[in-house]
Amino acid sequence: MTVEDRVRAGTPEPLWRLRLRTTARRIKEQWSLFAQARVGLVGLAIIVLFGLMAIAHPILMGTVWDATTYGPVVGFGFDELSHPAPPSTRHLLGTDPVGRDILSQLMFSAQAEFILGIVAAVVTLVVATTVGATAAYFGGWIDALLMRLADIVIMMPVISLLVVLGALWNLNFWTLALIIGFLSGFGATAVIIKSQALTVTVKPYIEAARGAGGGSFHIILTHIVPNLLPIAFLYVMFTVTAAIFSEAILSFFGILNIRMSWGIMIHTAQSSGYLLAGLEKWWLLIPAGASITLLCGSFYLVGRALDQLVNPRLRTR
Amino acid sequence: MTGHLIRRLVQSVAVFLAFLTLVFFLIQSQPGDFTSFYALDPNITRESREQIRASFGLDKPIWQQYLTYVGNVFQGDLGVSFKHRRPVMDLILERLPRTLILFLTATVVAFYLGFVLGKIIAWRRGRPVEYLATIGGVYLFTVFTPWFALILMWLFAFKLHWFPIGKFISPALWRGADFDANHVFLRLLLTVLIASVVLAAGYLVMRRMRLPRSGLTFAAFIAVVLVASVWWWASSGIGAFGWDIVKHMALPVFTLTMISFAGTMLLTRNAMLETMRDDFVVAARAKGLPENVVRDRHVARNAMLPVVTSLVFSLAFAIDGGVITETIFSWPGLGLLLLDSAISSDLPLAVGAFVFTGMFALVAHIVADTLYVFLDPRLRHA
Repeated sequence: MTVEDRVRAGTPEPLWRLRLRTTARRIKEQWSLFAQARVGLVGLAIIVLFGLMAIAHPILMGTVWDATTYGPVVGFGFDELSHPAPPSTRHLLGTDPVGRDILSQLMFSAQAEFILGIVAAVVTLVVATTVGATAAYFGGWIDALLMRLADIVIMMPVISLLVVLGALWNLNFWTLALIIGFLSGFGATAVIIKSQALTVTVKPYIEAARGAGGGSFHIILTHIVPNLLPIAFLYVMFTVTAAIFSEAILSFFGILNIRMSWGIMIHTAQSSGYLLAGLEKWWLLIPAGASITLLCGSFYLVGRALDQLVNPRLRTR
Repeated sequence: MTGHLIRRLVQSVAVFLAFLTLVFFLIQSQPGDFTSFYALDPNITRESREQIRASFGLDKPIWQQYLTYVGNVFQGDLGVSFKHRRPVMDLILERLPRTLILFLTATVVAFYLGFVLGKIIAWRRGRPVEYLATIGGVYLFTVFTPWFALILMWLFAFKLHWFPIGKFISPALWRGADFDANHVFLRLLLTVLIASVVLAAGYLVMRRMRLPRSGLTFAAFIAVVLVASVWWWASSGIGAFGWDIVKHMALPVFTLTMISFAGTMLLTRNAMLETMRDDFVVAARAKGLPENVVRDRHVARNAMLPVVTSLVFSLAFAIDGGVITETIFSWPGLGLLLLDSAISSDLPLAVGAFVFTGMFALVAHIVADTLYVFLDPRLRHA
């Protein structure tokens, strides 16, 4: 039954279904634009692949892998004579210098990287939209203060800051996610979001909402922020890249207090003296390094493809 | 225009003050103070601990400590390193030329490469070469740097023996030298600076003169400057030492170029695509100009604006990136200094190096702003 039939029959379509339909249509349109940039599809495919790895790990641990041999942190491959052992049918990617299964570590760490990325991304999203919308809506000294604060964050040398923070405090997984999310949300992203918010605050419906008696908080939250989300979502992709990358770097330096990640895997290879073993012990360095690179790069590619959605000047004519 | 610059300068000083305040409270937020290292040492009594606290000024109220700290930083005093027993500023100034020369070279090479590639892929939009360059470039851009550097080191230094592994000089060569490495480093830096100034001046003069075949003349000019600087080095008596440093620099510079050219490439591509929609491009084509002239003279010239600013911005983060690269190649620059001090809990040095990095970034930002005003006539007359 089409909409016209319903209207003629006197039973208009319920509102929720109408909304659902328009949303679905919009998503379909956006998707076809996104799919035009094929690099985004490549990135998305790789992200999905790593997502499957992350999901598969607990399932495998519950069924075929027993925890004493294949545990990513405390397991030990009793079935090998010496470690690091080359890939075999028992250990598909071999074992590390202390006898843990590389594939299990790789899949286990994928979970951690996704959680890290998502937490940092959510923090960025919240901070950037709040700061941007507040600065644009109120203007004046609030705007000036927030933007000067953003200036400080922009000039902050991030890696150095994290290294120094690691020396001062005991950085762990969650604090790192919060710090990175905050830094990227309050820095350049906030400035970009603010310029976007400025174009929203002058729209007539904001004036109408104010005239209808809406408070500042209500207007910012229900009328301005939803319009900022698409562009914020784009910059969040780069936050995820930054989060995963910094985690790996800090773990590699041994500054971060976490138990297992791709960076830790390379750190283990380094501290056991296998760094220049190169291709002779390839399974110690290649899987972890390639995973970091691929996942970081994929989020970056998706971000660039989203850029084409948000910035019409980049679309093909 | 001067009004804008002065305002910007005042703002930057305020930003720097806020930055220092932040750093000060970061140090304060750490549990205990410097003397808590001795808390469990039976040889140091409570009284002597108090004495050490007093000698560091740690018994004074916090606002007084804060004022002393800010005052010291503005006088260029960043404290004394625990480990090296030398003023932090001395250590930083000793390491700075090494970091600068490495990153200046790498950044300039990477930007040139990125700009040329970006021009090409913007013009070939939608062709396989664009997808290949974009995907390859992005994965190189986000590559896990230590890992990539190690692979290159393993391949080129360890297997092929083309370059030395790590460090910045060969000790055997330098044993008899009666000057230190910075003597040579500063001269290298000076040569690069003079050569670039001469090249830039020559370029401007030649553009004014409107020579026929200007490309060829300029290429010859570059060759003359290169030969002159090489000749000067060969006859200076420290040529062998300079060559030693250049040899050690090659692999880090190559790695850094590979890692960072994609940023410029993608930026150039986007700037080109945005400029290509402008009307003057249609006009240039309608005049019947050849495609490569439209691309290089009309589109690329306008797309260069954001690229040049981003060049200066990326110089601002040279020291920051140095933390990673210098560590892998054991290149004793500022980045390695920062990481070493952080790992060995040498707090004055770690914080001092960090403050210096921030200062460096701030100055680069001011330069970028000034350059932008200078390059874009629309801003100059506004």
